[in-house]
Amino acid sequence: MPKLPAPPIPAPLKAPPPRPEESNGATSPVEHAAGAGTAVVDWVDERTSLSGAARWMMFRKVPKGTNWFYTLGSATMFAFLNQAVTGVFLAMFYRPDPSGGAYESVRHITNEVFLGQFVRGMHKWGSTVMVVLVFLHMGRTFFFGAYKYPRELNWVIGVALLILTMVMSFTGYLLPFDQRAFWATTVGVNINGTGPLIGPYLSDFLRGGAEIGSVTLSRFYAIHMLLVPGLIAALLGAHLYLVAKLGTTAPPWQKVEKAPELRETQA
Amino acid sequence: MGSLASKHDKQASKYTLDRHMPGAFEGETVTRRRFMTGSAHAAGVVAAMSFTLPALGFAIGPIFKTKPHTWETVGPTDMFPDNNYIPTVITLTPGIGEAGKGLVYVRQKNPAIDTDPYDKNTPYIAITSRCAHLGCPVRWVPAAERFICPCHGGVYDLLGRRVGGPPPRPLDRFYTRVVDVDGTAMVQIGSRFSVNSELQRFSPRDPGEPIDGLGQFAYPSRPSIRR
Repeated sequence: MPKLPAPPIPAPLKAPPPRPEESNGATSPVEHAAGAGTAVVDWVDERTSLSGAARWMMFRKVPKGTNWFYTLGSATMFAFLNQAVTGVFLAMFYRPDPSGGAYESVRHITNEVFLGQFVRGMHKWGSTVMVVLVFLHMGRTFFFGAYKYPRELNWVIGVALLILTMVMSFTGYLLPFDQRAFWATTVGVNINGTGPLIGPYLSDFLRGGAEIGSVTLSRFYAIHMLLVPGLIAALLGAHLYLVAKLGTTAPPWQKVEKAPELRETQA
Repeated sequence: MGSLASKHDKQASKYTLDRHMPGAFEGETVTRRRFMTGSAHAAGVVAAMSFTLPALGFAIGPIFKTKPHTWETVGPTDMFPDNNYIPTVITLTPGIGEAGKGLVYVRQKNPAIDTDPYDKNTPYIAITSRCAHLGCPVRWVPAAERFICPCHGGVYDLLGRRVGGPPPRPLDRFYTRVVDVDGTAMVQIGSRFSVNSELQRFSPRDPGEPIDGLGQFAYPSRPSIRR
């Protein structure tokens, strides 16, 4: 059957020209479904230009000799993500109430909530894993000389992240509010107090008063789940940006390979 | 005026017109654009400070809060001998149950042992269980006549003076008094005070802070623990 001429309708009412992936609109439903993912990504990318950033971040050149030690930073990040995710779900059951409620809520999570023991265990042991990985990552950076120009600022950011990780460990230790938590925090805060002149005031600031009390627990809870995670996430972004921007270093044992035009010709 | 300004003083003049700035007005020293930018920045600073300063004050406020002075009854006078300590529980932080309790070792003042110049403010010797090292709870061991700390091995004698381990000063004490409650003489415990190695009284300090020598200046007492 021959195709009929198009009716003389005004331009604004005409159907839009076919998109490149649509091939005159004559696709079967299967083909249409297969292209849905591409269409969605295209829709987002057309409005955000994110694909360039993703390509810049994901498809970087890495030096020859890159090895498993270079995964320690990512491992640390995944330890942090584990802490973030398990922490959010622990917060759904935890109650920062020093007159017995905090301990009771942790006991409830551990003994009664479905998978509560597992999620709490992931958070508790994950914190130790994160501290260990932070130090291994730091050691890798140090021994490979990866802190040198132009990566000094990334080392500084990394040190800030190390301190924030320690703050997380310190504030998180109080939250179960059992005997160990109470006395460990007592000792920790008093160690802060041994700094001359400002030390005693720092202790008061940490405790929210002269004694460990109701303010201390909610204060540590707020620092642990609101203040420091935000700071860590922000600095982690900056840390990753600089890694992508500056690239990674070759291991120190990697021989420098001269460009072909600089090689001396062997006689 | 602008046309009269020579090239020499063009940079030095404070008038925008003399400096040939676009849109300059006569007698004006700051351009409207510059003024507007400054105003917008100032408004931003004011807006940010309006929530940052109260929040900061809220967070550091407890540092400047003074401790109320309270007396707590711990028992009748005949409950406490003059050669052994009786552990009594007092409330250090009200409203949080067990976590706010603290242990105090109390005995009657014994002129044979307590030769130091005590006044009428301490008819009974009340010694805190808070170790002067880092605040762990010390235990009174009557057989050894020693206070022993479980955390880092601090050891104190009968008067609370350090005889071993890391503590930088003797155990803190409390003011005591005897009041008549319904016809019975009761011992009451008041505020805490610190003592140096000669058992001289000082305003209260936190654990880990030495008082002898320069320590008394390096670790000042604060409103939050002072009456």
